[in-house]
Amino acid sequence: MADRDLLQLDRVVTHIGAYHILHGVDLSVRRGRVTMLLGRNGAGKTTTLRSIMGLWKPRAGAIHFDNARIDALDTPDIARLGIAYVPETMGIFSQLTVQENMKLAATGGRFDPARLDDVFRFFPILKTKWNDRAGLMSGGQKQMLAVARAIVEERRLMIIDEPTKGLAPAVIDQLIACLLELKARDTTILLVEQNFHMARSVGDDVAVMDNGVVVHNGLMADLAADEALQTRLLGLNLGSHQ
Amino acid sequence: MSAGRIASTRLSGIDWPANLLLPILALAALPFMSFSTWLTLTVAGAAMGMMLFLMASGLTLIFGLMDVITFAHGAFISLGAYVATEVVGALPGMAASHSWVASLAVLAAALTAAILVTGVAGLIFEIVIIRRVYGSHLRQILITVGGLIVMQELLVTVWGANPIPVQKPAALQGSVEIAGAAIEIYRLVAVGLGLAVYAGLWLLLSRTRLGLTVRAGVENLEMVEALGFRVKRLFVGVFVAGTALAGVGGVMWGVYQGLVTPAIGPEMMILVFIILIMGGMGSVGGAFVAAILVGLITNYSGFLVPKLALGSNILLMVAVLLWRPRGLFPLVKS
Amino acid sequence: MTLDGILSGDRPRSRVLSVLLVAGFLALLGAPFLFPGTKALGVAERICIFIVLAASYDIVLGYTGIVSFAHAMFFGIGAYGEAIALTTLPVGWGAILFGVVAALAVSAVLATAIGFVSLRLRALYFSMMTLALASFALIMATQLRDLTGGEDGLTFSLPRVLTPAFRLLDGPLLGVRMDGRIVTYYLVFLATTLLFLLMLRIVNSPFGRVLQAIRENEFRAQALGFSIVLHRTLAGVIGALMATLAGAMLALVLRYNGPSASMSFEIMVDSILLMTVIGGMGTLYGPMLGAIIIVLAQYYLQPGMAVLSGMFAGLPVLPRLFDPDRWLLWMGGLFVVIVYFFPTGIVGRLRERPANDG
Repeated sequence: MADRDLLQLDRVVTHIGAYHILHGVDLSVRRGRVTMLLGRNGAGKTTTLRSIMGLWKPRAGAIHFDNARIDALDTPDIARLGIAYVPETMGIFSQLTVQENMKLAATGGRFDPARLDDVFRFFPILKTKWNDRAGLMSGGQKQMLAVARAIVEERRLMIIDEPTKGLAPAVIDQLIACLLELKARDTTILLVEQNFHMARSVGDDVAVMDNGVVVHNGLMADLAADEALQTRLLGLNLGSHQ
Repeated sequence: MSAGRIASTRLSGIDWPANLLLPILALAALPFMSFSTWLTLTVAGAAMGMMLFLMASGLTLIFGLMDVITFAHGAFISLGAYVATEVVGALPGMAASHSWVASLAVLAAALTAAILVTGVAGLIFEIVIIRRVYGSHLRQILITVGGLIVMQELLVTVWGANPIPVQKPAALQGSVEIAGAAIEIYRLVAVGLGLAVYAGLWLLLSRTRLGLTVRAGVENLEMVEALGFRVKRLFVGVFVAGTALAGVGGVMWGVYQGLVTPAIGPEMMILVFIILIMGGMGSVGGAFVAAILVGLITNYSGFLVPKLALGSNILLMVAVLLWRPRGLFPLVKS
Repeated sequence: MTLDGILSGDRPRSRVLSVLLVAGFLALLGAPFLFPGTKALGVAERICIFIVLAASYDIVLGYTGIVSFAHAMFFGIGAYGEAIALTTLPVGWGAILFGVVAALAVSAVLATAIGFVSLRLRALYFSMMTLALASFALIMATQLRDLTGGEDGLTFSLPRVLTPAFRLLDGPLLGVRMDGRIVTYYLVFLATTLLFLLMLRIVNSPFGRVLQAIRENEFRAQALGFSIVLHRTLAGVIGALMATLAGAMLALVLRYNGPSASMSFEIMVDSILLMTVIGGMGTLYGPMLGAIIIVLAQYYLQPGMAVLSGMFAGLPVLPRLFDPDRWLLWMGGLFVVIVYFFPTGIVGRLRERPANDG
């Protein structure tokens, strides 16, 4: 295995109930880079992320993180390796305050002041809402909180599932600014995204999925420059998202 | 009032209608009886409610966090009551002493022993029975009914089918007169313990990291795991705590009744389930309010129309469900 | 009529099961002659009645997948219907008929109400609500003393044809005295056979298939346009009516009814639930087998345990665990094991074998 890869999936097969969703996914996430995972709805992107997190156990194949096999581990043990996961549904605890949500994401419930300053710099609204119930916030604010939980500590890998879904452009710009800064600090990120503008802005590498397998690997810049390839891999619908 | 805060769905402030139900009911009963009778019944109802809360709190915690319903909870209540007979029986000198310290020490010893015994039994039950049936309510109901049968039979094997008497520690017998009403001392102790346990649970849930994890887990278990918390261990812990609370309820109820039978716990389960449904399954605050409601209703109707004691609880439950189909303080799940 | 016609096309589908069922049927058919004696006849009657009762519970539990704890209540209503009719009206067939009809009416109304009110709730709430309702019914039965005889229950007389004093034949047949007890037994046996076949027909009708579709996938069934509440309520009503008939039969054979005979939680859990689950939910043949096994265990496991208990005399704990009164401990253990490892019960297990047509 190449040591440049932090995360590697080899022929991962996942079933959900009677349905066969992943048919042998091969995917590498390189250290210090942002890898975009693109593809149509139902291509298996979310299932891939959930399989990495152990939320759905793969039936076959192997997942390595930093050269250690993790596909048999329980979700909490996978998370404890330093992997932050921001699910598509955000996973905000609506009955808890913003502060309590953040506390759960920080080891031992203690905040690193420098990190917390970063969070407030990226998302000032969270400071204002610090003691409010998270359930009372808007969708965009919840998404900021979800990302904030992931960055409240130093993580070795961040896995983020469609953070821009249904958000206003201004909020998307805030998220992009945040991701760009994380990228500048060499954070390793695996990002599922339908918004091509965002993908192009932050992605280094790209993997495209279709029907439960990865059908294309390459540099994001190459894909961004090649409209014919975009059309072939992603269909026309992606362009309209911009 | 804090009861609703733990799991209220109201978007802001306090859920007044649900919280006011209790005082309204208590006041509504007043015109039908003399003040001293009312006071006696109200204290008796509160005491019964607190003991019911002890029994129900464990079950509601288990359900809220683990989405597991156990019909075997009654057996843990019985087990706690039997432990009380052993402990009180083993300390005859202290139990007979009229010293407050000695009496409370006997009760504390019984409670401690019951917590240990029912906690360990709960641990075994979780490993052998519950762990295999997460996620399927049908199998949970069936298997815990099976577990209930086995546990009840084991209780009979150990303690026999005949009732075993247990005396209240001497200083806790008798009553005091307050505002012309005779108030049993033991009932005051039960109210005190119930309040203490409720306060303890409230502090634990709202002020500690463990509580934070539990509250988050009630809402979204998967995310709690994805944040690195080992939820399976938390489950075991909560199940054990829940059964230990059943044991505490069993001690208090067994000593209160003065006679322990194998059925003492399962008999109470009807009321416990009514409390769970009425309070909102999984809500600790809801169970607290509903338990006192049930305690009061049982005592008021027991005085006014004795034959309707249980029936009135069922009527109250139906009324509450018509008003709020998910109970007074329903949980939020995402 | 062909066998398929009689069994509504629902064959046992396992050779072993077929043999067991045929053996059970023949044993019950010839019970008064094969196993002479009052006790044996009582056991055979009880098996017949519990076959109807457990099978009727299977329509609710096995075919809709929800756990009701109120089934013994309907059994009790049937038994009380007969008991009250025969104690208050002049003894005769009219009273018997009136008791059955009145009980069926009460059960139908109650079961409909339960269905429409509580089947809308989550399955879990439904179970707890039925538990509360059942205990309420039990308390009513013990407290409405004037009507039900309270804890003591009601003892009553039957038409002469059904009593031991009645002689069907002057002399004994095959060494058995042909009295009213034999007549009663065969009435019960006939009713059991017919009711069982009727239930088999119901679960294999289009209605029964919709129930199974709902059990397998609620959303899909709903999407196909079937009303879940309506179908489940109807299943609940059918189950309740069958249980009521079983209760009526119980009262007739015992010539007595009281709370613990028909309505108690012991009947609900230790008999009905155990029989249905151990035999195999959702198969109807399972509860039939379960009823035979559990009733036999109730009567004959105990002497066996007494022997075991004696063998362990002097050892710690063991004699008490095998005490004849602890038979339920072992049945409970068996029940747990079955729910874990063979959720489809004995019948499901037998059908898994590659063997064929029975």
